[in-house]
Amino acid sequence: MNHARQYPRHWRRPPQIITDRRWRRILPLAILAYLILALGSLEIDGARLIEGLERGARFAHGFLQPDFTSRWGDIRQGLIESLTMTLTATVVGILVSVPIGIGAARNLVPRPIYLVCRSIIAVSRSLQEIIIAIFLVAMFGFGPFAGFVTLAFASIGFLAKLLADDIEEIDASQAEAIRATGASWWQLIHYAVQPQVMPRLLGLSLYRLDINFRESAVIGIVGAGGIGATLNTAIDRYEYDSAGAILLIVIAIVMLAEYASSYLRKTLQ
Amino acid sequence: MSKLAPRVGEPTHYSRIWTFRTPRARLALWFGWLALVALFVWCWQLMNEGTMWMFVADAPRQAADIGSRLFPPKLGYLPELLAPLWDTLNIATLGTLGGVIMAVPVAFLAARNTTPSATLIRPVALLVIVTSRSINSLIWALLLVAIIGPGLLAGIVAIALRSIGFVGKLLYEAIEETDARQIEAVAATGARSSQVIHYGIVPQVLPAFWGISVFRWDINIRESTILGLVGAGGIGMKLQSSIDTLAWSQVATILLVILATVVVSEAISARMRRALI
Repeated sequence: MNHARQYPRHWRRPPQIITDRRWRRILPLAILAYLILALGSLEIDGARLIEGLERGARFAHGFLQPDFTSRWGDIRQGLIESLTMTLTATVVGILVSVPIGIGAARNLVPRPIYLVCRSIIAVSRSLQEIIIAIFLVAMFGFGPFAGFVTLAFASIGFLAKLLADDIEEIDASQAEAIRATGASWWQLIHYAVQPQVMPRLLGLSLYRLDINFRESAVIGIVGAGGIGATLNTAIDRYEYDSAGAILLIVIAIVMLAEYASSYLRKTLQ
Repeated sequence: MSKLAPRVGEPTHYSRIWTFRTPRARLALWFGWLALVALFVWCWQLMNEGTMWMFVADAPRQAADIGSRLFPPKLGYLPELLAPLWDTLNIATLGTLGGVIMAVPVAFLAARNTTPSATLIRPVALLVIVTSRSINSLIWALLLVAIIGPGLLAGIVAIALRSIGFVGKLLYEAIEETDARQIEAVAATGARSSQVIHYGIVPQVLPAFWGISVFRWDINIRESTILGLVGAGGIGMKLQSSIDTLAWSQVATILLVILATVVVSEAISARMRRALI
């Protein structure tokens, strides 16, 4: 009799992620404590924010009425640098990353080569483009050449890793069939591996082209050429209408590249 | 007339050796490569019009010089880095929080099965996602530093704005992939649309939601370490001032700290995501 009364009358959704009752009590408290600490270390300057509102409005205005013409020479130069840098860096990145990617596939090469190639990939992936760019600008001087080397270096880590992972997942029976005909290692790569990974490699290359353009808009901030340098100058001069124009161009090219590359990848695969 | 003579219209010659591609495909491929090489050479020349090859040739010497200055990292600098590191972690975490909070409604408006209007509201939500995604967080920070002044707040807002697109896109794809039968079953009990979302959709996308958020947090840690380069607070400010004063041994220390932070956050996020799935 007593049992029936204690039985819950309303169904409540059971917890999904954290099912332990103790954790469900502790976690919100921990999060609250963190938020108080974190927000406490924020220093917000109210006067500066109010001043910022006016600038924000000017920027929004610049974005709505972009000024393409008065700095068109600079914008054009920046765009040419960005686009050429993107293409050359992607091509060189692919050329270098294919051998490294093959070398980093466990099923194709002996262990020492595998380890060397994997560590090259790890180095390239762990550093961010912008930090690499700082060093390369110091080495090669200002301008798009430093940007080109930065993007090529960053592409290697990305492409080689994904290519290597893809090669490791190929259908082993096809490779074995080619090997059973007495094919050499090069023939094995050409007839068994290449046909299986080529569509994906093409897709990844297009994707990297897209990423490289986005990054080329950033590394200009530290002096590596491209549209980022133009944008940085425009913002430093408080020319928000030119900055708005540059951002609109960047967004348009990124969108175009994204749609084109996803369309191409769909037709290729 | 011999019986073996070919009939009219039949090819008279069969290649005895198997080849990878037909001659036509080979020709097309060859032209494709030629066009690519030509494009590359053209771009290369256009890019390097203003390049000073003298500086490029000088690069190995410069690299050796910088390397020698970097090398013994100044470990005594570490205590000074703790406060900026805490700021960096806060930028990433609070920024992710803000970004996720803004991304959830955008994702529900952008998903085809939950949007209130596919012709009017969905394109706007998609535009928000694309705009946020195509501008890098460093550029967002550059703008925000100019607008709301240098400091942590600019970094947090930059990270939040950049996260909307990423979280929004992945989340709306997850919402579109939910099982329609479960949603229909909830709707069949007479649930309101908010109840349908609560009992039909949320349980299906919750693991994906947490996975995406943790993944973005990990990326944000990585990005927040450099936001200081444009004045948006955190350890990047120290990096910028060390580079400006050519204190390369301090730069080396900062890079080590950044590397360690990134590795740790990546490990945490990988563990959390594995626990979620």
